[in-house]
Amino acid sequence: MSVHKELTCIECPRGCRLSVEVDGGRAAVSGNACPKGAVWGAQEAVAPMRTLTTTVAVEGSTRKRLPVRTDGTLPLGRLLDAMEAIDPVVVRPPVRRGDVLARDLLGLGVDLVATDDLLGESR
Amino acid sequence: MIRRLETDVVVLGAGPAGLAAACSAMEAGARVVVVEREERTGGILKQCIHDGFGLLRYGRQLSGPEYALRDADRFGSLGGRAMLEAFVTSAARLEAGGFELACVDRGGAFLLRSAALVLATGCRERTDRQVFVHGDRPAGVFTAGLAQYMINVQGLLPGRRAVILGSGDIGLIMARRMTLEGMEVIGAYEAKPEPSGLSRNLRQCLDDYGIPLTLSSTVTAVHGGRRVEGVTTARVDGAMRPIPGTERELSCDTLVLSVGLIPENELAKSLGVPLDPRTRGPRVDQNMHSLVDGVFACGNAVHVNDLADYVSESGERAGSSAAAYALAGPGSPSRVRRLSPLSAGPGCLYVVPQLLDLAALADVARADDVCLYFRSSSTMASGAVVRLAAGDASGAGGATLLERRYRALRPPEMERIKAAAGSLAVGPARPAEPGPGASLIVEPSKPEDR
Repeated sequence: MSVHKELTCIECPRGCRLSVEVDGGRAAVSGNACPKGAVWGAQEAVAPMRTLTTTVAVEGSTRKRLPVRTDGTLPLGRLLDAMEAIDPVVVRPPVRRGDVLARDLLGLGVDLVATDDLLGESR
Repeated sequence: MIRRLETDVVVLGAGPAGLAAACSAMEAGARVVVVEREERTGGILKQCIHDGFGLLRYGRQLSGPEYALRDADRFGSLGGRAMLEAFVTSAARLEAGGFELACVDRGGAFLLRSAALVLATGCRERTDRQVFVHGDRPAGVFTAGLAQYMINVQGLLPGRRAVILGSGDIGLIMARRMTLEGMEVIGAYEAKPEPSGLSRNLRQCLDDYGIPLTLSSTVTAVHGGRRVEGVTTARVDGAMRPIPGTERELSCDTLVLSVGLIPENELAKSLGVPLDPRTRGPRVDQNMHSLVDGVFACGNAVHVNDLADYVSESGERAGSSAAAYALAGPGSPSRVRRLSPLSAGPGCLYVVPQLLDLAALADVARADDVCLYFRSSSTMASGAVVRLAAGDASGAGGATLLERRYRALRPPEMERIKAAAGSLAVGPARPAEPGPGASLIVEPSKPEDR
């Protein structure tokens, strides 16, 4: 039996309204203005995935938090678990953007990386 | 003795607009001084830790800090250095041309002279008083940007249980952010019948977390002594007046406001720069040149943009134009502008630029493509046509200079048209006269087109 879903694409600010027909393991996407939308819509209709952006605690700097992201997507339903796993992470300068701060979050195969430089910022 | 500095171009603000302007001015050969009031460059992007920036400019989704670092890297590689924790206290036009700014930084007061000025001062958030939430003022009422600063930069949680007033993008982003940080977000209330934020943010910030958005409803009162204890919401009528009998009491300790942004132009006003009442930013020509010779503006100081990418784009233009102006020197024929109005016609909320410099458009050596940024004044279904017509804002009968068809237009979503200089030949035959102008018109699709 096929299931019909209406979704708003989040791949770009355009926010296309997608129609997705899911039949067994196959998803047919329409309404997308670009190929990214087809890929995203097919995944979204079956198992929504998100990149997580948050911050981690900083010690040894005038700055209190360092922005971070996952270097890939994880299941939408696991974001709060991931937040808990990230909570104990504490960094000290120097950290460079792209540095891996935690590996293989929740065993989901994604790493936590810095999205900002943290140099010796003190006064 | 007071410190004195002299340069070709001064850029005020080191956010994405200011750094793009500074870089493009340096690349055009100008000496540049950037004045920034914070201790790091990057502007508001420093606290925008979510991703979604840079798709147009870099072809990938960057977080705010990552986008800001790219600006900082380019600026640094050009040998640029911003004056940090520096503030302009007053600005004056010099009789001989150019500007003198009185500034303060950690080293004390100094005077800064330049031939050209680029205003990249960004915008500010509308506050509770500006949307008529009156009454007591307990702790716990925050603008979305302040809540964002507290959580992402200071590492502080604003409260435990929040209501959001407004549906602007920052409010939506903060609904998600507060939820991830363990706060309970009861719902967002929007007085308008349509959401203000981008569709994708409604999806990934509210729907993902089951946070309800209630349209045509507002917060009419805040309750609490020292701390917010609750708010009253009510439905509003078509004129945005609360409807008696529709009040609901919500228990919360935090009210987050996402009710609009206003370009910051105190300094522009002090220099006599005319503003557009619709955008609340300086009226500019296609080179981001205001009506005061030598004063350029870009980014959210000109109009509130949806995307950082467009902010940077206007900065690039402002910077290269300011450099050309400064390096041309007084009396140069290239400094002579011939301005013709570009108006927001029927169906168009506003258009930037508000002026076309016909002299620059006609100069083959200088004429670049022109970017027109606009918003429609109402939601238009698929097939809406945007037309640039010669003639004034009435749009009656003027020749069509260019025309675009859109899948959909929504006032919260800014649109951009890149037009070849040649297509904007709105000038009269005699160069000495100002042109009759042009206007941008937004028309719904015609039934026969559907």
